Amino acid sequence: MTIGEFVERDAAVHPSALTPGYKTSILRSPRNALISPRNTLSEITGPVFGARELGEKDNDLILNFAKDGLPIGERLVIHGYVRDEFGNPVSGALVEVWQANAGGRYRHKKDQYLAPIDPNFGGCGRMLTDSNGYYVFRTIKPGPYPWANSTNAWRPAHIHMSLNADGWAQRLITQLYFEGDPLIERCPIVETIPTVEQVRSLIAQEDPANHIPFDARTYRFDVTLRGRRATFFENTLPGVPR
Amino acid sequence: MVTRFPETPSQTGGPYVHIGLAPQQAGFDIFENNFGNTLVSDDTVGERIVVEGRVFDGTGTLVRDALLEIWQANAAGKYAHPLDPQDKAIDPSFRGWGRTGADFDSGVFEFHTIKPGSVDADGGRVQAPHICVALFARGINVGLHTRIYFDDETDRNAADPVLGGIEWETRRRTLIAKRSDREGKVFYTFDIRLQDTPDGGAETVFFDI
Repeated sequence: MTIGEFVERDAAVHPSALTPGYKTSILRSPRNALISPRNTLSEITGPVFGARELGEKDNDLILNFAKDGLPIGERLVIHGYVRDEFGNPVSGALVEVWQANAGGRYRHKKDQYLAPIDPNFGGCGRMLTDSNGYYVFRTIKPGPYPWANSTNAWRPAHIHMSLNADGWAQRLITQLYFEGDPLIERCPIVETIPTVEQVRSLIAQEDPANHIPFDARTYRFDVTLRGRRATFFENTLPGVPR
Repeated sequence: MVTRFPETPSQTGGPYVHIGLAPQQAGFDIFENNFGNTLVSDDTVGERIVVEGRVFDGTGTLVRDALLEIWQANAAGKYAHPLDPQDKAIDPSFRGWGRTGADFDSGVFEFHTIKPGSVDADGGRVQAPHICVALFARGINVGLHTRIYFDDETDRNAADPVLGGIEWETRRRTLIAKRSDREGKVFYTFDIRLQDTPDGGAETVFFDI
């Protein structure tokens, strides 16, 4: 098997580090330009995870923290495919998700929002993509959430998502939003994304054909990670003996 | 032209990144098996080290909600990844990956690991021992990548192609961790500055990898 460098990241599809509308970024964004070395073995490899490391209910946020009953809120299934920039499935990727409960309250010692904790809802889950790059998890739809960016700022309903895939250079953390949410276009964190098309790519689409009757509604959310360049000829790829 | 689908855009990990990536630090227990900051077991080959540090914002204030992950080679300089083509020994007791949050009070992060060996680079060159770091936090829109090198590897650092690719020699220093021997352990201290700080601290070099 050959191993290729990753195609360089297209900065134009990502937020800049400094996005003053999202105030916290001002003091937490580097002032110098990023330095761009060629990929070495350190960037084209990455951690490998095994199914045995995960528990049976790790991808079921409805049940994985349920104590004396079910959590309150809208029952959802979220599913989709993880592919690279060339459309190839990314298998064995560790997908981790976290979110607020139905009222917009996080189970985190630093969250003081007055909406209550749900005793039967933890708010995190994880899974590995299968050989087709497919993932699926079940959860409660998170509520919007107020925050102190301005006195009356509200986050749209969202689920945080982290991906550890085939190479360190693909490492990605992002957020999934829900189709039709009017808060999306007023959110300073969403507004850090430079293009309308890229904002749209973070909005999970209602998937009615896959609703589960009298049980749960379904959303579809696909993720694209960086792809590897093909290695047709011997090259100067770092670490490959010639 | 061949279609290339745009990468999914990054978003900040936010202040509650621990819920998903370090739930015990968020304050609850949910998974049977938790990922953490200890990369070694009794069987791991190599010199035990503790990598510690803090993250500072542009005022010099601690970033106490940072989440860090590291990725490194084993003591022989081999990555635990099926595509590493180097003819070096795999250590079955070393994955080379870990994660932790900065402490909510002290702001200190800590990894218990081994000192990595050198990894090959192109043109017959060799990379100095280093640890790759990815940093996520509230206010950071796209995860920041940097590298930890070691101050007792002067010669190998001088020959390192990535360090050498940093045009400003004065900035290379920000990637060198300082060794100290304390409590019978080897510590390497690596502070990260997101911007220059008022006390004269220089902004850490970050990479677009």
